[in-house]
Amino acid sequence: MPDDRRVAILGAGMHPWGKWGRNFVEYGLTAARDALADARLKWTDVQFVSGADTIRNGYPGFIAGATFAQALGWSGARVSSCYAACASGAAAIANARAQILAGLCEVALVVGADTTPKGFFAPVGGDRQDDPDWLRFRLLGATNPAYFALYARRRMELFGATEEDFAAVKVKNARHGLENPYARYRKEVTVEEVLASPMVADPLRLLHICATSDGGAALVLTSMDFARRHAGAGTLTTVAGVSTVTPRFPQQVIEMPSFSTDSAVAAGGGEGPTFKQSITAAAYEEAGIGPEDVDLAEVYDLSSALELDWYEDIGLCPPGEAEKLLRDGDTALGGRVPVNPSGGLSCFGEAIPAQAIAQVCELVWQLRGQATGRQVEGARVGVTANQGLFGHGSSVVVTR
Amino acid sequence: MPDAKTRRAAVDGWFTLDESAPALLGSRCTGCGTFAFPRETFSCRNPHCPGTQFEEVELSRRGRVWSYTDCRYQPPPPYIAAEPYEPFALAAVELATEQMVVMGQLVDGVTVADLEVGTEVELVLGTLYEDDDHEYLVWKWRPLDRSPAGAGSALVRGGSDA
Repeated sequence: MPDDRRVAILGAGMHPWGKWGRNFVEYGLTAARDALADARLKWTDVQFVSGADTIRNGYPGFIAGATFAQALGWSGARVSSCYAACASGAAAIANARAQILAGLCEVALVVGADTTPKGFFAPVGGDRQDDPDWLRFRLLGATNPAYFALYARRRMELFGATEEDFAAVKVKNARHGLENPYARYRKEVTVEEVLASPMVADPLRLLHICATSDGGAALVLTSMDFARRHAGAGTLTTVAGVSTVTPRFPQQVIEMPSFSTDSAVAAGGGEGPTFKQSITAAAYEEAGIGPEDVDLAEVYDLSSALELDWYEDIGLCPPGEAEKLLRDGDTALGGRVPVNPSGGLSCFGEAIPAQAIAQVCELVWQLRGQATGRQVEGARVGVTANQGLFGHGSSVVVTR
Repeated sequence: MPDAKTRRAAVDGWFTLDESAPALLGSRCTGCGTFAFPRETFSCRNPHCPGTQFEEVELSRRGRVWSYTDCRYQPPPPYIAAEPYEPFALAAVELATEQMVVMGQLVDGVTVADLEVGTEVELVLGTLYEDDDHEYLVWKWRPLDRSPAGAGSALVRGGSDA
């Protein structure tokens, strides 16, 4: 491996999140064209297309890389398509980065987009008695928010988190997203409004839980040499670390869509890091930094309560102290380490294959000082975190 | 009066149909002892174990609540909901012997107000859904405090669940 394992981010682009009901390819193309224009590159300059797949839009979604490439006009570029649930975007970034670092290409385009159905995410159709994702709905009626609620309740009983804390996360993120042109929800909410919204999965209410959205995001990644030649002597925004780790046995936290955790009888005790703790740790290690170096973070607030778990899992504070961090205002804009300055999933809703890419887009704009109305002043290091169903870790460190 | 419906499992081979003392059917690796539910058939989940042989085991019938929630809105298919929909509670339950956590619905009538992290629960059979001829059963958790007289929680409090 070369000593410098960074790749440059020359372009970022997004299609606004919403419930537009149009073909996902349209969102992906808008994002891709914006990212290319931002990079001052043409589509035909792209040597590698890395698509993040969607499983709810038929066959074109399963081969998203080729779908976007065809829509942009066949150019003979190398192409890959990958699915890793919520982590698909990070997996697509990892594929592009690997091609660049291996010297197989200099310019890569990463694209993810989704069109989502209304309501709870349900498993893919059919009678599939050997698919745990199908079975958890059939045998348990366990929706995604039900799993989020298990973590939220545990925080309340172990660490004294309150419904008001969860609501305060929502209030913070709603405020952050007010001026983000790509956010779907741009409206302030109060703690009282959150606590008056209908209970979905106790203790989580409707306004604690992220929606499902349409949206698209794209990045242009290049080798550092190409970027210096193309962009001149200016400061480059770079991908300094990407984590796509799996959990380590025994996985002791119940995870969607599982019926059980791993059994720890053969592991001989001694608790290691949890899966979520290990995700960003691997990205930090690649980047040669630690959580103390982080100026801002974009984390997967599938529920407002889950954002508090992430504070601890990405190392912003020890376990049990996330509520204090929140209450002290450390994670709000203007605080020590703002979390989800974009507004997060709270303001976006989730467009699965686009979301991890969108997290990186936000870091790029923040580090360039282009995040109008939500700017984290002087930000130089940002981190993203999320995880995909079954065990796809996803974390990207972006530096300037 | 119509004939009583036939009671059968909503999924084959995941639990016993012993009405008085049902148990989840898991597997235990003959090499390293790692348990799994639902049962493992191909390869042990322990990355340090090359095991491919498993014995079927009944898992502990009692455990403690790791966390809990409920489902206020009707889950989407393939969940088969009663009409009208009745919300139900869900729990993730720690089994001491197996050192694992297993999900399950709570029995009808139990709400989140009846639960805490650490509440002791016992496995029972409950109705998941019905059709004209059958009642389809699934495992459910029942707090020990709510079990019939004689099966009080003092029996297991402080003891193992083996």
